[in-house]
Amino acid sequence: MLQLREVSYTYPMAKEPILSNLSFTVEDKKAGIIGPNGCGKTTLLHMMVGLIKPDKGELLFHGRPVTTKQDLRTLRKEVGFLFQSSDDQLFSPTVLEDVAFGPLNLGFSPGEAREIAVRTLEDLGLSGFEERITHRLSGGEKKLVALATILAMRPRILLLDEPTNNLDPKTTSRLIEILQDLDLYQIIISHDWDFLSHTTSVLYMIDHGHIHRCQKDHIHVHRHVHAAGDHPHTHNL
Amino acid sequence: MMDERFTHGNSLLHKLSAKVKLVVAVFFVAVIAVSQSFTAVTAGLVLAAALFMTARLDLSPAMKRLAGANFFTIFLWITLPLTYGEQTTAVGPLQLSLDGLRLAALITLKTNTILLSLMALLSTSSVANIGHALKALHISDRLSFLLLFSYRYIFVIHQEYLRLTRAARLRCFVPGTNLHTYRTVGYLFGMTLVKSWNRSSRIHQAMLLRGFDGKLIPMDQQAMTYRDIVFLLVALTATGSLILLQLL
Repeated sequence: MLQLREVSYTYPMAKEPILSNLSFTVEDKKAGIIGPNGCGKTTLLHMMVGLIKPDKGELLFHGRPVTTKQDLRTLRKEVGFLFQSSDDQLFSPTVLEDVAFGPLNLGFSPGEAREIAVRTLEDLGLSGFEERITHRLSGGEKKLVALATILAMRPRILLLDEPTNNLDPKTTSRLIEILQDLDLYQIIISHDWDFLSHTTSVLYMIDHGHIHRCQKDHIHVHRHVHAAGDHPHTHNL
Repeated sequence: MMDERFTHGNSLLHKLSAKVKLVVAVFFVAVIAVSQSFTAVTAGLVLAAALFMTARLDLSPAMKRLAGANFFTIFLWITLPLTYGEQTTAVGPLQLSLDGLRLAALITLKTNTILLSLMALLSTSSVANIGHALKALHISDRLSFLLLFSYRYIFVIHQEYLRLTRAARLRCFVPGTNLHTYRTVGYLFGMTLVKSWNRSSRIHQAMLLRGFDGKLIPMDQQAMTYRDIVFLLVALTATGSLILLQLL
């Protein structure tokens, strides 16, 4: 459905490309992407929604290259993106307005948009949040509301950029439950190995501009061996 | 900071449409601001006080706001009688100008009238509603964008600035009158600016991803009710009669 074909990208002023000749297709229902900081995970997701144009290679949606503005609109209608920082995502004064923003842009009437927003909030267990002021929500509430703003657009693919950053264990397990119940394609970037093992079935690793699929059972945690044992690593790399 | 403490309430003014209140506020403030007659301004003060009472706002925070503004009028009371106008009267060793006293009194009256009316009319609506009302009144999109986004992000920018100053303090930064301080404060402001800029581009991206194409579509078209129309007519008539008072 969504595919990057042999893309390369170098940030301005950078010496080495951050992604080089990389191909990636959304084919598994739930995939996780891991890799060290600055390895290009976020760049990859940004490229998949057309926020960054590859220097080389192309972005394909339903097998067709995405080139015009109209193509982008069609793509963005079906691909939702949860940003790392919820403050970047929630800009309306009230929760209801923020959740209704997407549906309004998609051409729903104010009444329909409100209905969709209320229903989406309800589905996420956020009933009663409608009139809350977005900047006064707690970090965890912001994350869930940000997710609601995206789900309100009824996407078919969901990209999540480090969704568990700064979340407490309780909100993290709420998020895990929600994501497990969602019948959408999900691509999740995370350092949180525990989270990925609950939410994804395949794992990719980005390293030196390339991406490879990991054998999941080769990646494991040894909590007993060394201090950094919480960080996933593979033995065949 | 901005905590919108007057926004929540159950009074008539809280229930009126922000559009109507905005129109009344602009008209009323303009009339008071240009008025030269004591009678008109005093009548305005009575009207504003009546509005204020109708809004049933907490008295003590409201008085604090008034006190803040009146702190500046004190300076006018000190300087104007000594510097403005011809006609003077001797008070002890000082020659005080009557014109100056009159002007200081007029300005003080106007300041309090305008503040009371704005507290009653505008702080009883949320900034969000005022933003939408601006849009509904066909004030330029950019202006209402500017208001809504400044309101939403001023907190975030303030927090970012606090985080930076905290980081500086934790590394034993003590501001003084020296080049090191100026440079550090310059860096802090600069960094806040850069961070805000970066954030604004991320927000723009997030909006684009949700189908934004330059137009904010308001969800609440607050319909004008019978009550709004009556209030608009009464308020405009009252303000209009202030103009008459001024001309008489």
